Amino acid sequence: MTLLEFDSVTKVYSVRGAGQIKALDDVSFTLESGQTIGVVGQSGSGKSTIAKILTQLETATSGEVRLDGRPIPRHGSGLRRYRQQLRMVFQDPFASLNPYHSVRHHIERPLRLDQVVPRDELKAEVRRLLERVQLPISAADRRPHELSGGQRQRVAIARALASRPKILVADEPVSMLDVSIRLGVLNLLSDLQREEGLGVLYITHDLATARHFSNEIIVLNQGRIVERGTADDVILRPSHPYTQELRAASPDPEKFFASISDAEGGAR
Amino acid sequence: MNAIQTPLHTEDYDALEVGTTATTASKGSVRVPWRFLGGRALFYAFTLWAAVTINFLLPRLMKGDAVSAYLARNRNISPEAADGLRALLGLDTDKSLFQQYIDYWSLLVRGDLGVSLLHGLRPVTEVISQALPWTIGLVGFATIVSFAIGTIAGAIVGWRRGSRLDAIIPITTFLSTIPYFWLGLLAIALFSVNLRWFPIGKAYGVGWSPELSFEFIGQVIHHGFLPAMTIVIASLGGWVLGMRNMMLTVLDEDYITVAQAKGMTNRRVLWGYAARNAVLPQIQSFALSIGFIVGGTIVMEMVFSYPGVGKLLLDATNAKDYALMQGVFLVITLSVLVANILADVAYAFLDPRTRQTGA
Amino acid sequence: MSNALLSVQNFSVIYDVDPPVQAVTKIDFELRRGEILGLAGESGCGKTTLAYGIQRLLKAPAVITSGSVVFHDASGDDIDISGLGVEDMRQFRWDKISMVFQGAMNALNPVATIGSQLEDVFEVHRPNMSKAQRREAVVELLDIVKVGGQRRRSFPHELSGGMRQRVMIAMALALRPQLMVMDEPTTALDVLVQREILRQISDLRDEFGFSVIFITHDLPLLLEISDRIAIMREGEIVELATAERIWNNPQDEYTKKLLSSFPRLTGEKGLVKR
Repeated sequence: MTLLEFDSVTKVYSVRGAGQIKALDDVSFTLESGQTIGVVGQSGSGKSTIAKILTQLETATSGEVRLDGRPIPRHGSGLRRYRQQLRMVFQDPFASLNPYHSVRHHIERPLRLDQVVPRDELKAEVRRLLERVQLPISAADRRPHELSGGQRQRVAIARALASRPKILVADEPVSMLDVSIRLGVLNLLSDLQREEGLGVLYITHDLATARHFSNEIIVLNQGRIVERGTADDVILRPSHPYTQELRAASPDPEKFFASISDAEGGAR
Repeated sequence: MNAIQTPLHTEDYDALEVGTTATTASKGSVRVPWRFLGGRALFYAFTLWAAVTINFLLPRLMKGDAVSAYLARNRNISPEAADGLRALLGLDTDKSLFQQYIDYWSLLVRGDLGVSLLHGLRPVTEVISQALPWTIGLVGFATIVSFAIGTIAGAIVGWRRGSRLDAIIPITTFLSTIPYFWLGLLAIALFSVNLRWFPIGKAYGVGWSPELSFEFIGQVIHHGFLPAMTIVIASLGGWVLGMRNMMLTVLDEDYITVAQAKGMTNRRVLWGYAARNAVLPQIQSFALSIGFIVGGTIVMEMVFSYPGVGKLLLDATNAKDYALMQGVFLVITLSVLVANILADVAYAFLDPRTRQTGA
Repeated sequence: MSNALLSVQNFSVIYDVDPPVQAVTKIDFELRRGEILGLAGESGCGKTTLAYGIQRLLKAPAVITSGSVVFHDASGDDIDISGLGVEDMRQFRWDKISMVFQGAMNALNPVATIGSQLEDVFEVHRPNMSKAQRREAVVELLDIVKVGGQRRRSFPHELSGGMRQRVMIAMALALRPQLMVMDEPTTALDVLVQREILRQISDLRDEFGFSVIFITHDLPLLLEISDRIAIMREGEIVELATAERIWNNPQDEYTKKLLSSFPRLTGEKGLVKR
């Protein structure tokens, strides 16, 4: 089922002295429920502009974004319902959580605001959400600084899940985490996508995780989609020169050591 | 900023070239940031207009009439003369407020600020121009000295954080919390009355008139020393504390570690890298305090009966001498503006990043 | 001339806070002349503390509690870094060991031109050079790292991240040191720029023959550029071997865990659930 449609979206910024800059240029894609789309590109490619438009921090200059076939409401209760259905997970789990509030407060807030469950079920729902992101229930009464980076990111995910969204937009969700816990958080997102039928937009600069955690990948360069396809097609058999460059520049020890032993084998 | 640097969309390009390895040089010449300067100029022009307009309105909104107050002191003036005076001062009420405003501006442009009732109907410009050099000379000098000493001391204290030099901070802070009039009276009591090292007040000795001679200049320095010293003592703490705190922030920056790893001498790291960056916010406060020199010295000039602008303003206010008050306010406004312009220029000169903000 | 450039023995650092934290524990290793030694581990493993510690660049509350660091100079002299006096240490720095820091963003003084910051190095370490000679050397350095000598009058904020990092490399190269310590030099950069910088480092190493200690958490990247790799965990080196052995035949459990934390770009190995 098509959840989200980006239909020929263009975003133009006017920069004083530099004229107009196209951050997004005629970008179209659709996101189905239970699907993860990886959006890859370098900084300045426009991938964060997609997130900004989805969260309505920016509005598209032209084109349309539709959720369940309806354009994003501009204001009022419609916009609130839209925001309830599309949630963000940010890069910096420190900055996105308020240090003065407990984990419980962070998760309860969207539950109350969106009236997801009756008041007397709040506690049980918090417990369920914490379990869902594989945090112990004891974490509920901690404050963000008492948790590790990975745990904080799990809290951020639990908070995003609280209003039972259909779509998660994850903007570099693991790039600030320690390497050994990155896979855990990504695997969690992947579980949620499969088990709850979430649509996930995974915005990243890391081709390797994009390949393993996305069904489809779109490659952005200078605001344009230069290549799209299934994850393995795009990464293993890139057709656009830009994607080829990106892949060649990404560390790939497997291929590196294979080529060394080939070279040695040839010399022998 | 998430924008693309070059709006180019050719299909055959080298990805390495795009936005990554621009090896062509931009011209090394200094670019004049016209847009930035223009924006600032506009801002200052507006501020000036607003200040002058408020200056025009204030005395007209106040109760009480300058001429009546003047008449109360000089009983031998006829009613006709009083009306003449009102006309002279622009206080004749048969003109519309707008007409008065236009008149006010046209006089202002010609440098005519009216006449001072308090000083025997002498032009306000003349009265102020006699007082202004004393204030600017004395307080300006003291402020610069205080800024220089405080900033240098703050840099050193910040550099040697945790050492015994830290004791300077509470001492100077304590001195700056003493009410100024009390500090001034204390200084007079100690150095003028008891020790008789310095005269009690005034800018120069009785019987002298301003002239360009070594003796007169000696007089001025002798008379000015105590007020200048008390100003330095009272304001030093702020400079030391501000600079020291900024140093602590800057010392945590990577480029300080780099400078040390580069094998720079401590002296070079301290002055060339740390203090050079830490002084930037100080410049801003310095400009502010320069701006307040003219308006902020009333207490000092009272305590030391110094013939400056602060005393002028005080007397004018007591006597409801509106023309003089307006003149002094205008001078204060102008000096704040000029100080801010100077700070802008200094900042642009010292911090290359500000030159770009307009672009 | 021995093959070793730097010998580190029994090197320990604690952070003297309450309670004290043992950041680096009794580390021994030898750096060979001309090699790129990778130092990998997660945040807090002590890799940065070790690299700064051997140059005595740590600030309080860090305290070096034991160990010796000996630099085997190309002249044949052995220099005991821990025994150098303040002035000798200052002269030793940058001349023998230079550094490239993480995120060139803040590593350059924002209010001085890059040319003057490069010239600083010569002014301090080569006092006999004339102003013209210094300028010439700066232009040459900027040309070597492909920033271009014309840019010497630029301020740091006028350059892109990649450019700034090249300037830092030029600065590190200035005195032709025998060792460069690089602390996450490409972490903040885009992948294409990162690859260029790495290529440049490796080319310069081939040309000038310096050794490199390369610190990063990015193990796949390290595997491609390092001759040998030391894996650090909780202040200790758990494994030190050639990049190839680390990849093909890791011995330590933690090394294996770290390797498996990175999904393969093209291969299927890894712990990814799909």
